[in-house]
Amino acid sequence: MKKNIILAGVGGQGILSIAACIGLAAIEEGLFLKQAEVHGMSQRGGAVQSHLRISSTEIASDLIPEGKADIIISVEPMESLRYLPMLSPDGLIITSINPFVNINNYPDLEIILHEIWKQPRYFTLDADAMAKECGSVKAANMIILGAATPFLGLKPQSIENAIRTLFKNKGDELIELNLKAKNAGLNYVNENS
Amino acid sequence: MKKLLLLGDEAIAQGAIDSGLSGVYAYPGTPSTEIMEYIQASGESKKLNIRALWSANEKTAMESALGMSYAGKRALVCMKHVGLNVAADAFLNSAITGANGGLVVVAADDPSMHSSQNEQDSRFYAKFSFIPALEPTNQQEAYDMIRYGFDLSEKMRIPVMLRITTRLAHSRSGVVRKAMKQQNELKLPDNLRQFVLLPAIARKQYRELLDKQHELQQLSEDSSFNYYQTGSDKSLGIIACGLAFNYLMENFSETPLPYGLLKIGQYPLPVEMVSKIYNDCDAVLVLEDGYPIVEELLKGTLNTGKPIHGRLDGAIPRDGELTPNIVAKALGIGFQAGKDIPGFLKNRPPRLCDGCSHSDAFLALNEAILTYGKGRVFSDIGCYTLSALEPLESINSCVDMGASITMAIGAADAGLVPAVAAIGDSTFTHSGITGLLDAVNNNSPITILILDNSTTGMTGGQTSSAYGKVEDICRGVGVKEEHIRIIKPLRKNHEENILIMKEELAYQGVSVIIPRRECIQTLNRRMRQQAKMKTFEG
Repeated sequence: MKKNIILAGVGGQGILSIAACIGLAAIEEGLFLKQAEVHGMSQRGGAVQSHLRISSTEIASDLIPEGKADIIISVEPMESLRYLPMLSPDGLIITSINPFVNINNYPDLEIILHEIWKQPRYFTLDADAMAKECGSVKAANMIILGAATPFLGLKPQSIENAIRTLFKNKGDELIELNLKAKNAGLNYVNENS
Repeated sequence: MKKLLLLGDEAIAQGAIDSGLSGVYAYPGTPSTEIMEYIQASGESKKLNIRALWSANEKTAMESALGMSYAGKRALVCMKHVGLNVAADAFLNSAITGANGGLVVVAADDPSMHSSQNEQDSRFYAKFSFIPALEPTNQQEAYDMIRYGFDLSEKMRIPVMLRITTRLAHSRSGVVRKAMKQQNELKLPDNLRQFVLLPAIARKQYRELLDKQHELQQLSEDSSFNYYQTGSDKSLGIIACGLAFNYLMENFSETPLPYGLLKIGQYPLPVEMVSKIYNDCDAVLVLEDGYPIVEELLKGTLNTGKPIHGRLDGAIPRDGELTPNIVAKALGIGFQAGKDIPGFLKNRPPRLCDGCSHSDAFLALNEAILTYGKGRVFSDIGCYTLSALEPLESINSCVDMGASITMAIGAADAGLVPAVAAIGDSTFTHSGITGLLDAVNNNSPITILILDNSTTGMTGGQTSSAYGKVEDICRGVGVKEEHIRIIKPLRKNHEENILIMKEELAYQGVSVIIPRRECIQTLNRRMRQQAKMKTFEG
């Protein structure tokens, strides 16, 4: 088992929480893991990405080689396309369709979405609306994580345990909200596959 | 044994806690910041009473750590690569005083300049000062090397450098801990003149340091962090330093490596191993994440030996960090990249946060300075450096910590009057105070904005040494009371702030304007915590 995952978004959107959940789940299952994060200057509203690699055998590089990513998980539509050179020919894109517009020349959303829909495998989710339905728009990243779960090669229970561990200091209410959001993302993918 | 999921920085921190650490000294700087932060947040560290506070700058951190080493205890000092320039005087001389308690200096380099103004390679500093350097390949090795580094420092009685790069510092992986070691007892150096670098003593100790070099090299030959394995294909031998080893092995994860391999994790270079691989193979490829240091040593000035490939002959790009693909290209291994990035995609550079106090300060400055014209604002290292970019485009320099004030002095001396300096509160106490003293002594016609957001913002909101002290420091240094102006950078104060700036720009002497409003990030964090406390209390 070996999965190369690119996590994409804008600084402050919570991609590191997604990474942490997958990481905790992988460690619980006794898998090897490497996860390269972006800290520092780019976190100030810039494009950020994380390379996440999980495997049943030892992993050499912290960085995924070009063309070897199995999945791009993105919480922002334009950012999902920034890492296409990393994606393998049969790779999967899972992304939110909700743009994060903090630049003047943000492209037309239609053009972005049509480009994503041209890719061989994708799921595009209205994560903000789905998260709102679950209770808070802040759980949009968990919607996206949920949509990715069937493709991570990890047990559903490990992901759930990871969410409980990650948010354990933030109260039961928030744990339940995040689990609900994760399940909503998962259901969407199951219904649309 | 259970693995901890740790960043490279955190592995170093945990490794130090487990190795009998008594104190850590540091100034925040990407990618080194998380080492101190981890130790500060660690419950174990608190129980063990490990000293873990931010220093005013890397030089004071280095000197304090040297003091703890003098007293016989294990001290860690952490900084980003350019921080080592600030600490260089203390660092180089610490090699001559030598250590008493174990002293490890972590230098975190930033090839590709993800968050820095250069990509200097700290291994040069280790060579320059004649001390050993350790360069981990992964998080576990980083953890193990800290323990080894402290032991090595005490055995050889000199400081040891641990050199990492951004990719390791900020990458997470599983780490297995070792048994906890007790802290050292307080113990003075056997020779109470060891740390007195009077010329007569320094000459003697410098010779002793030189005499240690042979043994240090022998230790590198015997180190488990260095090894040589021969290959079936003699056409090439590969020397892989630190992280470069990973990128090499990534390309041979499914097929065995046919070439000879020398993996380097400890310096000075193991010369016998280097000569073995050189003699065994027809050519050598050197992979190092940073400057071509090993490559240059091998090549020599005349380059009359076997072909040596690397950054100097273009096999590897001359600058920037390594990747698995760069290594693949150097080895002639083909790979299939994914699709190109669509042409309509736009860059998303970092920017000041919405509601940032610096934005309001620079919007006012942009207007106040209009009468004098653009191109006269010298700035510094911090979030506010982003004001060089659109939409503000306010500043014209960013060189090194503290250079804003002193560059403004020089420019004013040349006739650029008024010259303006813009520096953050934490950068001001890091390296700005002495520059301000120069300005006062020169009576320079400069206006200095000390942008006081009450934190070290860029690195994530660490305690600023300047907190609550900025105007007192300015007064103490000799800035006239009537030219220390504190303003609140808010939209509603915009016109008033412009007027104050105009007044001070017109003044033919040193004036300090302190735009003071808390960093929006630390403010929000504090508000969230307060709300949480209220919920618990309610």
